[in-house]
Parts: sequence; structure tokens; C-alpha cells
Amino acid sequence: MMELWYRLVSLLPFSWAEAGGLTFMKNALLAIVVISPLFGLLSTMVVTDRMSFFSDALGHSAFTGIAIGALCGLSSPMWAAAAFALVLSALFTWVRYHTDLHSDTVIGVFSSTAVALGIFIATLGGGSFTKFNAYLVGDILSVEPGMIGLLAVLLLLVALLWLTSFDRLLLTSIHPALAGSRGVRVALQEWLFTAAIALVVTLSMTWVGLLVINSLLVLPAAAGRNLARNVRQYHLFSILGALVCGVAGLFLSYYVGSSTGACVTLCLALYFLLSILGRRARA
Amino acid sequence: MSVNRHSGDGCQGACCLRVTGLGVVAQGKTILRSLDLHVHCGQIVALIGPNGAGKSTLFKAILGQQPHTGSIEFERSGGKKTRPLVGYVPQSPAFDRGEPISVLDLFVAAGNAWPAFLPVPKGMREKVRQCLARVHGEGLMDQKLGSLSGGELQRVLLALALEPLPHVLMLDEPFSGVDVEGELRLLRLLDEVRRRFDLSILLSTHDFSNLADYADKVVLMKETVLKVGTPREVMDSPEFAAVFHLRLREGEG
Repeated sequence: MMELWYRLVSLLPFSWAEAGGLTFMKNALLAIVVISPLFGLLSTMVVTDRMSFFSDALGHSAFTGIAIGALCGLSSPMWAAAAFALVLSALFTWVRYHTDLHSDTVIGVFSSTAVALGIFIATLGGGSFTKFNAYLVGDILSVEPGMIGLLAVLLLLVALLWLTSFDRLLLTSIHPALAGSRGVRVALQEWLFTAAIALVVTLSMTWVGLLVINSLLVLPAAAGRNLARNVRQYHLFSILGALVCGVAGLFLSYYVGSSTGACVTLCLALYFLLSILGRRARA
Repeated sequence: MSVNRHSGDGCQGACCLRVTGLGVVAQGKTILRSLDLHVHCGQIVALIGPNGAGKSTLFKAILGQQPHTGSIEFERSGGKKTRPLVGYVPQSPAFDRGEPISVLDLFVAAGNAWPAFLPVPKGMREKVRQCLARVHGEGLMDQKLGSLSGGELQRVLLALALEPLPHVLMLDEPFSGVDVEGELRLLRLLDEVRRRFDLSILLSTHDFSNLADYADKVVLMKETVLKVGTPREVMDSPEFAAVFHLRLREGEG
């Protein structure tokens, strides 16, 4: 599999892409090609369903899961983070449907509690917080083929969720009562979607970086929305924009020697700016 | 005070929606109690009552989204009873003008037979066009939901509620946010729909000004049904005065 990819990459006109060039860049490029459409796809519903604050909270509380995992002595705390985020998303959906609170209040409650818990565990007995810094910034250049495979499986799962559930998700975000009247189990749909965000955020944070991961879940669709007239165009502009900005961000980070996550985010911000200008021009 | 408590007469052989002895208690508070209601096919019934009278809870119960006591049935003309298939027109939701969701997207998503983010097959597009034609809204298909006027959005939601064709059409405050011309157009449309499809139509409203022009029957409710009759009968009743005028005087005091 990877051999095929390396041969494909060697067609690119870059010195690192030649046969015998920099393997970590080739891996990173493949990871970006897998991750960015995933984020582009999810971002459409994050923005339409006004969940950007929620995905941000998930990102912030993901290291709580890592801290718990580390406390339990797990070798790979990422899975603990994923499990923690799944529980959190289920709790969040439950509270949202069983209280009269606005969802931004519910998110605020969960986010601050989870973050505090994380800091509490991490610094328990005078522990140092610095070991978590790697998660905050992220490093896509350290991604290994096995992980890329995992991310590809994740992309496949989310694509499957989209094919089977997108209609119900969309109708729920348009009007929950209308969706309910047509047999949609609204809370279940919301939970499936929040669970997908939870998994994607926690499984990719090591490479993207928690501080900027939310930008990937918001900016592609925020820009796409400025350009699209319907749901099909919306997906096209979001996914394509995420892919182009992801690859451009990786190249930029390589040549200027800066964090990849930050470079991708800056490219996306530029895309968003252009989309506003594009809308002005069309209007 | 108890009007229409004599359940059993109700449908008189014709098809109708029949609500019997409906009760809802939520968090220890009685919201609806022993409520009886009949809506015959081909009839437009207007539901009125002060805020907090339980109108939306009644709607939720009929939609099957609210645990309740008592029964809600649809009786066919032969007398055979089923769960009612309800076409629900929600109170107009507000959309951002920029929301990239078109009328076509709404129909495809509600149909749940084809993922709305993929290119829409020709046959499906044609079917949506036919649905919209029922409300004279073929031209709205590719417009964004956020760019529709209040009246246009109501017509689109009405077309959606008519697909698949329901037993009962239920509209929640259909005239709020709709201008006078839009309201007249919507009323003409409801009249057309009722004749053409022989549906039971139940709507809630705060606007009593032209009730007499379209409603066959008015139901005044607060927790339970206080008065049922023609628009004139209900609006001239002491119950109507008690619910609305007394409240006004309390408010002034």
C-alpha cells in the first residue's frame, strides 16, 4: 500500500518527494489527504448545527482523557481520550435533551468541568503539565503508516455515517420537531454525530494539535457556506477547500519550518477571507 | 362548562381524528386533562387559547412525541381505527439568509431515500417539483430556505407536510410572521387542499380577526376544552370572555 503511495508521490516535482527522499513528508502528505476531507465533511454539519463551541470543548477536554489514561498506566492514552470523549458526548446530548438549558450553557458546564478535571489529574501530587504540550501543538510529521490506516478507517466510517444518516441529521438541524414528526429519533442522531466528532478530534489531535483542531472543524464549512447555494455545493466547497488548504499548509510548514497545524489553519483562514470577497462579488 | 364531553358521537361514520380523555402531567404539573376533540375530514378546526393553554403540548401528543393518558386515534369512514398519520407544519423556523440549504435539499432530506449531499437524480427532482406544484410553488425549488418570505416558507412547509399524503394536517401558528397577502393566499390554499384531499385540518392561531372566514369549527382550550362551536358561537361565549377579557383586566390592574 505505502509503496504504491511513495511511487505516486515521486511524480511530484519536490526534492523530498523523490525516491529515497524524506519518508516522513510522504507519510504526512498521505495523512493530510486522509484527514482534511474528513474534517471538511464533518465541518458542514458542525457549522449548520451550531456545534463549533461543542467541538472546541471536546478538543479542550481531550487531554483530560489522556491524563486519565496516563494515570491508569495505559501505554497509548489516545484511546483513553477517545473513550472519555465518547462518554462526554453522550452525557452532553443527554443533558441537552433533558434540561431546559441552552446548549451553549451545557457546553460551558461540561468544558470547564472536564478541563479542570484534566488539570487536576495531570498536576496531582505536584506533577508537571509540560508533558501535555506535545498534544497542544501537534506534529503531523511524526505520523506512521499504521496510524494513517486508522485515520482512513475513520474516514470510511464517517462517510458511511453520512450516507446513511445525513438526511436525518440535516432535517434535525433544520427543525427538530419537524424531524420528529417524520419519525427521526432526534436525540439518537445528535448523539451519533457528536460521537463522530469526539472520535475524530481525539484520534487526530496528536497530529493536528488541540489548539488549532477546531479551526479544521469550522473554517472549511464557514468558507463553503459563503460560496454555496445548496447542500451539494456546500459539501464540495468545504471538502475541496479543506483538502487544498491542508496540502498547501503542509508544504508551507515544510518550507518555512513552522507547525503544520498552524500553517493549515492560516491557509484555511485565507480561504475564508477569499470566500467573503467571493460572495461580495456574486451579490 | 363541559362541552363535547359526550364522546362516542364524534365521527358519525365519516373519517375523523378523535382525541379522547387526553391528559398530560409533566414535572408534577397538569398541562392537559380529560381533553376530547374531533376533527372531521374536510373540516378546518382552529384551536385557540391563551399562552400556556397547552396547545403545543396537544400537538406534540398528537405527533406521538409526548407521553399522555387517554387515546388519540384516526377513524376511517368505515369505522376502522388506526394511529393518525400526521402532516405537521411547524411554526416558521428562522433561517440565516446565508444557510446553504435549498428547498430541494429540504425535500430530499425529509424523504430520507437519497443522501441530500449527492447529486439529486432527475426523477426525484421531478417528484419534488410536483409536490411544490400542489402549493403553486414550483419556482421556489432552487431557492435557499433563508431567502424565502414568511408566506413562501409556510407554503413550502405545507407542501412538505402533504408528502406523503397524511390523514390529518396540523399547522402550528401558520399565520405568524406572514403578511396579510400571504395569509390570504395560505387560506385559499388550505381550502383547496381540504377539498382536493379530504383532509382533517387542525391549526392553532392567535389571530381571531378572520376566523369566521375559514374555520368550520373553533375549539377554545385551556388545560381542557372549554368551548366548541362555530367561530361566532365561541367568540360570543362567556367562556371566551372569561379566558381573554378577564385576563386583560387582570393585566391592566
